[in-house]
Amino acid sequence: MSDERKLPYVMAFNEAVSQAMEADPSVFCAGEDIGAFGGVFGTFGGLQAKFGADRVVDTPISEQAIVGLGVGAAATGLRPIVDLMFMDFICVAMDQIVNQAAKLKYMFGGEATLPLTITTAGGGGLSAAAQHSQSLEAILCHIPGLKVVYPSTPYDMKGLMTACINEDNPTVMVKHKRLLGMTGHVPAERYEIPLGKANIVRPGKDVTIVAYGRMVHESVAAAEKLAAEGVECEVIDPRTLQPLDTETIVESAKRTNRVLVVHEAVRFGGLGAEIAAQIQEQAFDYLDAPVGRIGAPFSPVPFSPALEQHYIPDAAAIEAGIRDALMRVGA
Amino acid sequence: MSISPDKQFDLHRRMVRIRLFEEAAGRLAEANRLPGFLHLYVGEEAVASGVCGALNDDDHITSTHRGHGHLVAKGGDFNRMMAELMGKATGYCKGKGGSMHISDLSLGMLGANGIVGAGSPIAVGAAFANKYRKKGQVAVAFFGDGATNIGAFHEAANMACALHLPIVFACENNEYGEFTPRDKTMAITDIVDRAAGYGMPGVIVDGMDVIAVHEAALEAVERARNGGGPSLIEAKTYRFYNHHGVQNLGLKYRSDDEVARWKERDPIFTLEDRMVENKVATRERFEEIWTELRNDIDNAIKFAEESPVPSPDQVLVDVYTKKAGAR
Repeated sequence: MSDERKLPYVMAFNEAVSQAMEADPSVFCAGEDIGAFGGVFGTFGGLQAKFGADRVVDTPISEQAIVGLGVGAAATGLRPIVDLMFMDFICVAMDQIVNQAAKLKYMFGGEATLPLTITTAGGGGLSAAAQHSQSLEAILCHIPGLKVVYPSTPYDMKGLMTACINEDNPTVMVKHKRLLGMTGHVPAERYEIPLGKANIVRPGKDVTIVAYGRMVHESVAAAEKLAAEGVECEVIDPRTLQPLDTETIVESAKRTNRVLVVHEAVRFGGLGAEIAAQIQEQAFDYLDAPVGRIGAPFSPVPFSPALEQHYIPDAAAIEAGIRDALMRVGA
Repeated sequence: MSISPDKQFDLHRRMVRIRLFEEAAGRLAEANRLPGFLHLYVGEEAVASGVCGALNDDDHITSTHRGHGHLVAKGGDFNRMMAELMGKATGYCKGKGGSMHISDLSLGMLGANGIVGAGSPIAVGAAFANKYRKKGQVAVAFFGDGATNIGAFHEAANMACALHLPIVFACENNEYGEFTPRDKTMAITDIVDRAAGYGMPGVIVDGMDVIAVHEAALEAVERARNGGGPSLIEAKTYRFYNHHGVQNLGLKYRSDDEVARWKERDPIFTLEDRMVENKVATRERFEEIWTELRNDIDNAIKFAEESPVPSPDQVLVDVYTKKAGAR
């Protein structure tokens, strides 16, 4: 295992884009600062030098037009990757994402094909405050026509990004800012992880934890701590949030009878609410405890590290959630 | 006129097709035979016809909520259009789009659009793809005066110029944004003043004169096709009917006199007068054209009315390419 190839999460993204551009001349990238600069997070580093300024395009700071560029180019035969620097900026481009990209195919009676990938960076933990730290994925998952992907490891990043680019529907690929430097095994060859397929990160029999993005790692940390006490947590990473692999989640819930959903997004109206609802609809009779939800409090993301640290869920909060689920006595 | 007689007939035909389609749609709406909203293009026919008459079949256009005229001018099929307006399975969008989303990608018509200003960024994307492919295709964004007040237009115009894309911004200045006159919503009289701010040439044309529109479009399209970048055409025009629906007189936001003054400059009848005057055409020839096209419209209404409605299971079809997402 020591000689296996490793890459940081950010370079797994970069390699997926690079290999796609080598394989398919219709793939191009556009976004703010992605050309010579390589993107503020380095995600597009070196790509303009490799593929030229016609295929790795620096755009004005114009999120509506950036997504519109992707929609129009996708509808007329290209396979665009357009970057919105921070997930918060999807709000600026919401018309093009929600009213245009997501709906054109349907509104046109199926005639349009939109192989569009929108990439962005979500999540907090950098003291970037309320407009550069949000986790807005639930809003996107609510829109029919969109697919939403949120990788938690370098391996998943490369495979899912490759799948996004090959996908014939508008897809939003969310990178977590605090995972960019995380290193892990990434094969050199091109590979795809199918969208809509969850990953059982850690098998267990006592409690199911459903988590995505950076919260997968916090959940695994909590699971490992509890393992020392003999509690075996199963950690499921859906990886794709829309379409959601409810089958894997429900199957796990039926085995463990206890579920905790964890996300960095605000708890109210978050994806956890949908997952909890799906579980109670499909596995009500198997549950020994209410489906728990761990998420951020109902406030904007605060700036001060002292506040933000308190705001973002961590392994300790997840551990407490698991203990709460375990305290309930089964029927 | 430097425009050939054949081309004059072509532009005339496009305008008459729009007029007849829209008048028919208006009558059907008044008789409650069309569901939903209806924004009629009557009065503005010279703009879509003059511009689309300068395009090739594989050039792209984006449209507006007042979009039937753009599709007709790009070669839209009456039967499929009328069926779509009636929400039938045989419609352009299989009954899922309706008037405000009518489209035909095979004609390069990337959709009417219910969101004011939203078509321009999409046209920028089509123009980008056209430049990328290097096959000489261009894109045209149609929009109204009101759309130039929305951010999407600004972003699109600036990006198109920054990236030097093969695109024409075709503004239909009909003096009203829905029910509010232009002078209440902007401090300039001419939309074309905005072009310089983006670094593109702009020209004002009489939007009731299809020949003038066509000549301006030829120049702008040629510029785009030859790598000269974006242009803006402001066509001064007028909608003969209301913002939506067919009522045109007795409305509080504009005077009947104003409507009457514009109608005197009807783009179709003024062209016919000129063509007869210039001995390019006869009244009899025009009668034949109107009769032929009226017949097409009657057939389209019949086709649409006899077409089946979509089956309920179609609700979940075409949300995604390939398989549907989570319930």
